Amino acid sequence: MITISAILAGLLVTCAVWLMLSANLLRFIFGLLLLSNGVNLAIFAAGRLTPGAAPLLGAGGALPEAAMANALPQALLLTAIVIGFGLFAFVLALTMKAYRVFGHLDADRMRLAEPEKDKA
Amino acid sequence: MTWILSLPILLPFITAAATLMLRNRKGAGWISVLGSAASLLAALALLGAVLREGVVATQMSGWPAPYGITLVSDYLSAAMVLITAIIALAVSVWAMAEVGQTSSRYGWHTLFQTLIGGVTGAFLTGDLFNLYVWFEVLLISSFGLLVVGGRRQAIDGAVKYVTLNLIATVLFLCAAGLLYGATGTLNMADLRQAVAAHPDQGLMTLIAMMLMIGFGMKAAVFPLFFWLPASYHTPHYAVSALFAGLLTKVGVYALMRMFTLIFVNDQGFTHEILLWVACLTMLTGVLGAAAQSDFRKILSFHIVSQIGYMVLGLALMTPLALMGAVFYLVHHIIVKANLFLIAGIAQRLTGSSDLYRIGGLYRSAPLLAVLFLIPAFSLAGFPPLSGFWAKFVLVKATLEPGMWLVAFIALLTGLLTIFSMTKIWAEAFWKPHPAGRQPSLALLSPRARRLLLGPVIALAAMTVLIGVWPAPFADFATTAAEQLLNPVAYLDAVFNVAGPAAPPVAPEAI
Repeated sequence: MITISAILAGLLVTCAVWLMLSANLLRFIFGLLLLSNGVNLAIFAAGRLTPGAAPLLGAGGALPEAAMANALPQALLLTAIVIGFGLFAFVLALTMKAYRVFGHLDADRMRLAEPEKDKA
Repeated sequence: MTWILSLPILLPFITAAATLMLRNRKGAGWISVLGSAASLLAALALLGAVLREGVVATQMSGWPAPYGITLVSDYLSAAMVLITAIIALAVSVWAMAEVGQTSSRYGWHTLFQTLIGGVTGAFLTGDLFNLYVWFEVLLISSFGLLVVGGRRQAIDGAVKYVTLNLIATVLFLCAAGLLYGATGTLNMADLRQAVAAHPDQGLMTLIAMMLMIGFGMKAAVFPLFFWLPASYHTPHYAVSALFAGLLTKVGVYALMRMFTLIFVNDQGFTHEILLWVACLTMLTGVLGAAAQSDFRKILSFHIVSQIGYMVLGLALMTPLALMGAVFYLVHHIIVKANLFLIAGIAQRLTGSSDLYRIGGLYRSAPLLAVLFLIPAFSLAGFPPLSGFWAKFVLVKATLEPGMWLVAFIALLTGLLTIFSMTKIWAEAFWKPHPAGRQPSLALLSPRARRLLLGPVIALAAMTVLIGVWPAPFADFATTAAEQLLNPVAYLDAVFNVAGPAAPPVAPEAI
């Protein structure tokens, strides 16, 4: 299971890098999304995928007899997913705004903030 | 202890909530100023506690370390929290004269306060994942601040700033996750022992490098600084000043924390890289500035070159060098924020920030000229201003182990800084205005004059104060450096806050 997750994470990062090398802003941010999901998967796998009981204590705080699953990586992941989602929403809105301002999404031609004489 | 550590984080968020509710009223700016003043008091209380006890720590919700989230403050953290509060107060007053009702309605003051809360949280946390969360808080607020009230250029700047910062964030997150997987802990004090005891030191160095790249990107070191000069000259001047003062310094702080507390076992490799990164950062930043002709763009490139000095202090890892780095951090934040605020006033008076289109400030606004000279000379390292002592200590620290080349680069960077400052002086202040305008301070309304000049004068006074009376600041920085190099007090404070330390749990045991 860990091997599959690791390979999948690597695959996602590969696709992400390929997308992010594009000059098109929309492809770039989709790459960013894949990258953050690839990393999430890597963290998930790094936290050990233990097939155990749910990490709940019994009555009076008694430990369950079988091995418990580690809840912490999942808590980290949930946080990271929520934050990633918020950031992605912002980046999408920013991309839309950029499209309205520039009329295109070609990162190579976004030079509005650069000095005049450098403009291509 | 809990309140003293959590108040500096809580107050900005309470203020943010208040300004959000009052964003349509005229008073939102004043609420922000009031909240910043309260944060300043809380930061002073924290500094007082740290001066009394050395290191203070607390566990959120009373969960013992390393299981709960630790808030911890040593000398460095307390100083950074205080300086953050000072800059927040200065910029929030200054912003009253620049940030209009429209930006306020879009939540400018709210974003401003959440940014301050995020920065303060990053300085105080003792947990790696919590540090990631604070980075996200300050990052998303900074995204908002960049584009609110947006001119068209701000969108262009924001695209580069946002995308490159997100890559850095993902790297940081990945490193934090892998570190947890390898050591089973995220508490920074606990990580020190866990990383040292880990059988695979190569893996630890690999994670250290991921963190170095992630934080290095935030700190804008060579070769990862391109987002900074592409975006810092586009938003409101108040936003530029705030970013210039604080944001890259959070990256530097995180680097200092990681590479003095946790990753100290392979210094021949990691700190050697930091050393050459520091030298190249100093040089490229200052050379980049020489090629620019926009007031804010020149200052932006100088942020990059100054970051090099701080990383240099970290890379050397001697008591003197670290003391210099801490001193430099404090000096630089004050000076840099002030220069951006002055650039904002200059733009108000002359109508542009392009140096070739403005001028005449010395003749018609001599007060502003004097106020510019103080931080500008301090930045270049003239005695008796604060920058002189900061550079003096760092250059001395490079000469002690006989690193002549590094010392030469540091001095050369100082020299080239003077060249850039002279350029601003000659173009914006000395030559007459090309359109024949008389850019006098009398053009401003009395209210705007008070709001704009008050913070600038206060920050300039601090620069002079540190310059002519450096002994207490140097003593403070020396203690901070000792704590960084030998973090016994830090570890004690973290582990003894709520009962004795539990042994770290290996991932196999879970």
